[in-house]
Amino acid sequence: MKILVTVKEVAEVEDEFEISGGDIAEQYLEYDLNEWDDYAVEEAVQISEEHDDVEVVTATIGPERAEETVRMALAKGADRAVRVWDDDVESASYLDVEAKAELLAAVVEEEDPDLVLTGVQASDESNGATGVTLAEKIGFEWAAVVNQLDLDIESGVATVHRELEGGVEELTEVESPAVLTIQSGINEPRYASLRGIRQAQSKPLDLKSLEDVGLDADVLESPLAQTDMYEPESEGDATVWSGDPEEEADQLAEFLRDKGVVEG
Amino acid sequence: MTDVLAITEHRRDELRDVSLEMVTAGRDLADQTGGDLHLAVISGDVDDYADQANREGVDVIHTVEYGEEFNHDVYTQAIEQLYAELDPQYLLAPNSVNGLDYAPAVAEGLSLPLVTDVVDLEFEDGLTVTREQYGGKVETTIDVAEDHAAVTIRPAEWAQAEGDGDATIEAFDADIDEGQIQSTVTGYEEVAGGDVDISEADFLISIGRGIDEEANITLIESLVEATDATLSSSRPIVDNGWLPANRQVGQSGKVVTPDVYIAIGISGAVQHVAGMKGADTIVTINTDPNAPIWDLADYGIEDDLFEVVPALIEEFGGEVPDV
Repeated sequence: MKILVTVKEVAEVEDEFEISGGDIAEQYLEYDLNEWDDYAVEEAVQISEEHDDVEVVTATIGPERAEETVRMALAKGADRAVRVWDDDVESASYLDVEAKAELLAAVVEEEDPDLVLTGVQASDESNGATGVTLAEKIGFEWAAVVNQLDLDIESGVATVHRELEGGVEELTEVESPAVLTIQSGINEPRYASLRGIRQAQSKPLDLKSLEDVGLDADVLESPLAQTDMYEPESEGDATVWSGDPEEEADQLAEFLRDKGVVEG
Repeated sequence: MTDVLAITEHRRDELRDVSLEMVTAGRDLADQTGGDLHLAVISGDVDDYADQANREGVDVIHTVEYGEEFNHDVYTQAIEQLYAELDPQYLLAPNSVNGLDYAPAVAEGLSLPLVTDVVDLEFEDGLTVTREQYGGKVETTIDVAEDHAAVTIRPAEWAQAEGDGDATIEAFDADIDEGQIQSTVTGYEEVAGGDVDISEADFLISIGRGIDEEANITLIESLVEATDATLSSSRPIVDNGWLPANRQVGQSGKVVTPDVYIAIGISGAVQHVAGMKGADTIVTINTDPNAPIWDLADYGIEDDLFEVVPALIEEFGGEVPDV
């Protein structure tokens, strides 16, 4: 059995930042493994540990810098990795959900996995749509926002909980091959061990161009164009209690007593 | 061709609020395109849902009677067929957990550009949408160069439509291929039960990522004890297993409406805000002056929680633990 996990390197923004040229200036960005993908990797690795002959392959769309993130997924137990990137992808003006799903679909075609796990969303763009778009593209069944997964390898049925709003979960049975988008909290992602980090260095990490996966640059053309990025105007008019911590605490305490929520 | 088709949402015999927000968003967009607003109601007691969704501004409501609860394979087929029949310009779906379970598939099936989690829609020569990125730190505007598009709209961003409507209600006879239904909903489960109901509390002290480590929770517990408050949290604390699910405030947790809500080390992501914006008075303790929580806060302290909280515990005669 083979599980493909999509892994994205996301940009995280520092508290103070500037926008230039339609995006956040590079010096205010830090890169990391997308939080939701961390849970997806863990879920796949746990399945591979519970069953014999399960291979976990990660698929990433990203520049060379992203290899650090991919190595982290390998250190946590994925067996090998595929990274799709070339000059055309690099120069795409807007890599939309459709284009990402198209690239990942090409990897799925090559790898022929039984199960695809993605994060529910990426923390930077928050589209929350790539997994389900991918499923429809490759003709897999799917379930979005999965926070519990029991896979019956024999029958190929995944029994999942989908986390709905308001503390309600939907129980659903999904026939594989399937794409499941994994919600945070489904498991406890492990930290990479030193041994894992060492082993990751020698695990295969293949770079594929569009041509390698049988696509041409047309797939990158998007009907969407990002025309502006700005900081939302602060709607806040909070009264700020200032001073040293004791003075601040004093003002908050006085407020709580005035409100009558705390006695004493 | 200038019409808007919006998909309503229901769950366990209730039309969800977002359906009436879609009426507002959809009417506004249809006014700009110069078209009609169509709603679709799929599965369950469709006539009852159609009645409830029949608010001012809706032109036609299409009902699809098939099954009881949401199933994405049914929704996908029904919407694609309805779209082919009506040929609307824009398709609107809620950016809910279920909306995100079918809208991307429908967009893919119909070859429509898709934009999700949209907070504003403008139509002039074409469609321009506004959405957030980087956890709400920035907003972006996106132009859609094609004449048609699918858009999911963020819940609670538009007001619920009011006023009785006089829409035509039409049954749509969708041809659902059962062979394509490959997922089955077998039931529901309520989580977040247990010993405490944070939605009943008058005074909540809530913690988020800023607490850094599980061990530091004892500090907040001391404050909770000294002030006789109730402890709650944002999602990451529950995801980490540091507090049980019944303490979680937000979209997937509980909606709370206390007199006072103190958010400590909580940035105020939209999913959290959905659960606590109804609090009477919101106080934040946060080192980041740009955190979205400041947009909601009535009072705030821009300082390190590990300095302020011990001082506050002492104010109320509590004992400050070593953390």
